[in-house]
Amino acid sequence: MDISKSLYEGERICLAHIDHEKDPEIESKWTHDAAYLRMLSPEPARPLSAAKLKKQYEAIEKEMEEKRNLFYFTIRLRPDDRLIGFARLDWIEWTNGNGYLRMGIGEAEERGKGYGTEALQLLMRYAFHELNLHRLTAVVPEYNPVAVHIVQKAGFTEEVRRRQALDRDGRRWDLLHFGILRQEWQARSEQ
Amino acid sequence: MKDSFRGDLVRLSAVDAESMAKATVAWGRDSWYWRLMSSGIAQPYSQKASQKYWEKVMEEDSIHLYQFVIRSLQDDRLIGEIGLDGVGWNHGDTFVGISIGERADWGKGYGTDAMRIILRYAFTELNLQRVSLTVFDYNPRAIRSYEKAGFTLEGRARQWINKEGQRYDILFMGILKADWLRRQQHAETNP
Repeated sequence: MDISKSLYEGERICLAHIDHEKDPEIESKWTHDAAYLRMLSPEPARPLSAAKLKKQYEAIEKEMEEKRNLFYFTIRLRPDDRLIGFARLDWIEWTNGNGYLRMGIGEAEERGKGYGTEALQLLMRYAFHELNLHRLTAVVPEYNPVAVHIVQKAGFTEEVRRRQALDRDGRRWDLLHFGILRQEWQARSEQ
Repeated sequence: MKDSFRGDLVRLSAVDAESMAKATVAWGRDSWYWRLMSSGIAQPYSQKASQKYWEKVMEEDSIHLYQFVIRSLQDDRLIGEIGLDGVGWNHGDTFVGISIGERADWGKGYGTDAMRIILRYAFTELNLQRVSLTVFDYNPRAIRSYEKAGFTLEGRARQWINKEGQRYDILFMGILKADWLRRQQHAETNP
């Protein structure tokens, strides 16, 4: 691979920093989309104000600075840098070389266009060839087949099925853990 | 109703940061204890640092953490600790963690007995729907104990741990309330 090739820029999207002025307003809109939140997280869905999100961004940057085990990116459309989502590597254990990957396309009309797949490619290269991690985990609820498809297409394998770990809409659902090893990713990206 | 904090060999009793720190500092002198417990970096902790850690955890996580110490019925010695951590109330799921400190106390059924007590507590006092745990593949004694207590293997995160120049898997196990109830009924009809 070419060491001078950008880590952040894909064909149509890029990974970028947080804009503390403009982003909170936009993400606040996303949190009013309960279906989106439920796809992302087992936490109870709730709308958040721009002010609350501003604080969350500050907390994220504090954590990045102090714990050094979180890497947070905004996903922006090229070339106008419009915010459409986020991508993050969480809970990195440096001695073991593992971490969790989470991402979302918050902007509803930008879903289904392959931006998530593009961001995932960038994030995996960052994890394996910049952070030099050995493996990544993505946790996906059974009721999110789009995400299951995206991670499988990117080379992740289902490793764990936590039976009935989620309760939503009056029934229980499995929580799936997908994993990919650095050598698996490397073999695919050399093809 | 019988005393639900008492099993055949051990009882669960109240915990405070000071006694917890004292016990874990002593047990942590044994690096193998630490490696069985945690994928993190093994290092000795002072009484002060450990106490500060437990004070913080118990205060911050009070609604997500139900921590106990394990005492042997025979001599009321503090032999281990067990806790439900990461209780997710909206989905009725939690993780459980357990350790028996001294090597001389391993393999005597104390852990399995403590696990049975805490499962009853999780399902009939906290009214949770499932209990999850992780265990490392180099800890077959614990895996057997968890199977005896009713846990099922739900998958393995490959090559998660890097110790002694080798890669080891993390195993995920879980027990559903329905599994647990079935076992209780079975035990009653086949005493």
